[in-house]
Amino acid sequence: MTDRAPGLSRRDFMRLGLAAPASLVAACGWDGGPLIEPRLRAISRLNDWVGEKILLSRTRLAREYPVTARSTDFPAYSITFNRTGGFPYPPAGDGWALEVGGLVREPTRLTRAMIEALPRVSYTVKHHCVEGWTAVATWTGVPVSVVADMVQPTAEARYLRFDSFDSDYSNGWDLASAMHPQTILAYAYNDRPLMMQHGAPLRLYSPIKLGYKLTKYLTAMTFTRERPGGYWEDQGYPWLGGI
Amino acid sequence: MDAARRDVKRHHGLVRLTHWLHAIVLLGMIASGLQIYMAFLHFGPRGEPYPNPLDGRSLPEWSRLGGWLAGGLNWHFALAWPFVLTGLVYLGFLAGSGEWRPLLFRPRDVGPAIRMQLYYLRLRPEHPPQGKHNALQKGAYTFIVLLGALSALTGFAIYKPVQLGWLTSLFGGYELARYWHFWAVWIFVGFTLLHVGLVFLVDPASLRAMVTGWYRGRFPSHD
Repeated sequence: MTDRAPGLSRRDFMRLGLAAPASLVAACGWDGGPLIEPRLRAISRLNDWVGEKILLSRTRLAREYPVTARSTDFPAYSITFNRTGGFPYPPAGDGWALEVGGLVREPTRLTRAMIEALPRVSYTVKHHCVEGWTAVATWTGVPVSVVADMVQPTAEARYLRFDSFDSDYSNGWDLASAMHPQTILAYAYNDRPLMMQHGAPLRLYSPIKLGYKLTKYLTAMTFTRERPGGYWEDQGYPWLGGI
Repeated sequence: MDAARRDVKRHHGLVRLTHWLHAIVLLGMIASGLQIYMAFLHFGPRGEPYPNPLDGRSLPEWSRLGGWLAGGLNWHFALAWPFVLTGLVYLGFLAGSGEWRPLLFRPRDVGPAIRMQLYYLRLRPEHPPQGKHNALQKGAYTFIVLLGALSALTGFAIYKPVQLGWLTSLFGGYELARYWHFWAVWIFVGFTLLHVGLVFLVDPASLRAMVTGWYRGRFPSHD
């Protein structure tokens, strides 16, 4: 036991106790402002690094479900639909094809028929939306790794950019997630040809990322050296979106 | 003033620092978590909602941090670091210093906890003898550490439900883990209200002790 004169009165502590929560409440609804918001994004990049380099396994597969587990309700968003109420339409119409290029030795142009002739993967998995909901569905398509083998990316390629004809929607991907065996270019949903609201004629699908990373209405797949941004990612959503 | 009511050193600096740091970080975690929840105001698989008294109801703006979903996410995932690290520093200190002894609720505390509750309900006239903390406090301070661990673990379970699939399964899957994560919030809120209420009603001197470390109040003894 030690004798000590009290430095602060009880009234001072009452004031302190009331002032701290009041100032915090006033801060709510706040994205951090010009001083803190960029720092929050910097920490988000650190979290992306941890997610990609430490937590992501190249071989661990997302759990598959029986087809009886399919959700009856599977929401579908698109930028164009939200803006205009109509689905986006491919610029080339029936002449649509996927451009595969960038840092590759054999750039190519794949029609829907060519893509459907490639080795296919089909799985029934859970979709996780960044908003917090989930839904189960069956997706069929060709693994991105199969297409990558065809075009032979150079040693400089570190990322993949997926472009769409859905307004200015696009996504950037790390190669490790893109080459995951469950990451596919999907053309069928629940055993039927992909519907417009799910991104026809071709969309990116993977159960190892959040829904906003799964580019619909694909037009191009480009291998890059620099990290590509993305529609939501540029506005502040976590870039990796890995789960 | 009698000799028994002299100042005693009650809380180590690390305990005080982690206590107040956690209070602020937890407030930010809850407010940004409520902002994230605003994006989908339901629990359970779509069309099969779990019981939720707030189902479909918006939360007031003053209760939220981040402004919109991405802002809420970035606050939440940034504050998760100090939330977990502060908790680990606190637990590491307790383990290393032996300070866990007067805090950990053990089976032998059940009887004293019941007697303490009877005293609070005025069914027992005398305040039961106690050490640094009474048995109900030990229960509360043990419980809140477990609740913090549950919050962090359910948080990781819904952050990486594929890469940490084993953890997500432990809580019954993604939807249930998200549900427990949300309930932990209201238990934290209830605990804090009770905790602050009891400080002022029963032992206001303990507030000064948690700030300066020095205690001069009704319960000066130590285990």
